[in-house]
Amino acid sequence: MIEQDLPDQDVADRDVLETDQPLLIAAGLGKSYGRIAACRDVSFSLYPGEVLAIVGESGSGKSTLLQLLSGQLAASAGHVSYRMRDGVTRDLATLGEAERRFLFRTDWGFVHQDPAQGLRMAVSAGANVGERLMAVGWNHYGRIRDTASDWLTRVEIDVARIDDAPRTYSGGMRQRLQIARNLVTEPRLVFMDEPTGGLDVSVQARLLDLLRSLVAELNLAVVIVTHDLAVARLLSHRVMVMKGGRVIETGLTDQVLDDPREPYTQLLVSSILPP
Amino acid sequence: MNAPAYNFAYLDEQTKRMIRRAILKAIAIPGYQVPFASREMPMPYGWGTGGVQVTAAILGPQDVLKVIDQGSDDTTNAISIRKFFARTAGVATTTATDEATVIQTRHRIPETALHENQVLVYQVPIPEPLRFLEPRETETRRMHALAEYGLMHVKLYEDIARFGHIATAYAYPVKVNARYVMDPSPTPKFDNPKMDNCPALQLFGAGREKRIYAIPPYTQVVSLDFEDHPFEPYRFNAPCALCAAENSYLDEIVTDDKGGRMFVCSDTDYCESRQAAGHHGSQSAAPYKEKAQGGSHD
Repeated sequence: MIEQDLPDQDVADRDVLETDQPLLIAAGLGKSYGRIAACRDVSFSLYPGEVLAIVGESGSGKSTLLQLLSGQLAASAGHVSYRMRDGVTRDLATLGEAERRFLFRTDWGFVHQDPAQGLRMAVSAGANVGERLMAVGWNHYGRIRDTASDWLTRVEIDVARIDDAPRTYSGGMRQRLQIARNLVTEPRLVFMDEPTGGLDVSVQARLLDLLRSLVAELNLAVVIVTHDLAVARLLSHRVMVMKGGRVIETGLTDQVLDDPREPYTQLLVSSILPP
Repeated sequence: MNAPAYNFAYLDEQTKRMIRRAILKAIAIPGYQVPFASREMPMPYGWGTGGVQVTAAILGPQDVLKVIDQGSDDTTNAISIRKFFARTAGVATTTATDEATVIQTRHRIPETALHENQVLVYQVPIPEPLRFLEPRETETRRMHALAEYGLMHVKLYEDIARFGHIATAYAYPVKVNARYVMDPSPTPKFDNPKMDNCPALQLFGAGREKRIYAIPPYTQVVSLDFEDHPFEPYRFNAPCALCAAENSYLDEIVTDDKGGRMFVCSDTDYCESRQAAGHHGSQSAAPYKEKAQGGSHD
């Protein structure tokens, strides 16, 4: 077949390829501290645009798993591969530190539970959003500022507050700012560690609404760690339930939450307080 | 001639070898901060212990030393360091930039263009340009190693957002040899262009922080900026009141409590030699000139 005869077909093939291949693959992932296994034998594939929730109680290994997936922690067993922007899937452990850090501030995002960890509290909101752009070589103040204001608008922060430090922001605004800061380089994969933790319910609802629309708009793949099943239900397509460092149940969100198979998952689902 | 209790130039030879090794490494990697085992010197930190150690390590009996503090040859700090080396090394000292082979400086680069046979030694309080943006030393080292300098622009961005222009007026960050971002010590940004492609060797010593770094002769030094907010050296727009120089860096001197002030060259040697050559400013007094301290000491 002569390729240039069918350019449209070719493009279509590539698009199919884009969504058909997993973005992130975990295979037999484990981490142990001496005799204590924080996380054991976790395997899954994450596809572009897919939201995966990891739920479980405190100490079940959720956060360890998130750190393993994002390459912040070296795994004791198994490996994580990621499909880079050039289409090549590579093992994270084989990336150099420079490559890993570059990936972390361009193609990935990481939303911390505590915004103070993910933001520079002493510099203005505009600079917080612009930092990643400057890190990849943007050198035009006007354009950086325009992009920053654009993102503040998208996360529903008043542009008039662009020069205020996040110290002066409320908890919900800080969390939205942290999201803007992460999404400004248009990453394909975002890790979130309890993004709604510590916020009151109305602020939580607004943040979840915002996250849901941004995820759909940008076709983001998300790995979200939460102990709040309502968050998992609202945001995610798939759910992984963890207990004692193992994945005990996995499936479509509604399937797992409405028809839990494992006794522990049943307990978890039935523990939700009715409003 | 010298007090025999001291080795030549105060430091013992092993210490000087150690410092020279650090200097050689610093020259080999322009702008990179080389750790060294900084010694206690007979002066407090902040008075130029780093610069003094570098000077002591490179000084030879034939050298002619000039020491300046904020451009001036006759402030306490400059005089005491000059006397220190006159006593411990017996080297000739001078105030004339042209005659000096080693110039130790705090906060200024002389106005007179430097030449190839000179070494400029800077006293540095805080060598890490990223320090106030990233407090962790482990992290700043990694950022230098991977050339991650986005954060430096965050500081400049903050300046523009707050003041409308890059308000950093001294210790203005530079990129050396297109690789390392470096703190030029608290020199005014007026002096930054003089570092670029300078024929003299420039050495930086930070005693308390135990770091030495260098700019070899004829090395590219670029001040960081934004495309739409380019680097601009700042100079108060007035001629020197004593020598009428239009292109030198000026000190503002308050003369009374009614708002009176005069602007004079901060580089005293430059100002005096211009006055000696017949230049007069608006407030030149009757000619009086302290005898230059040139020649060898007895």
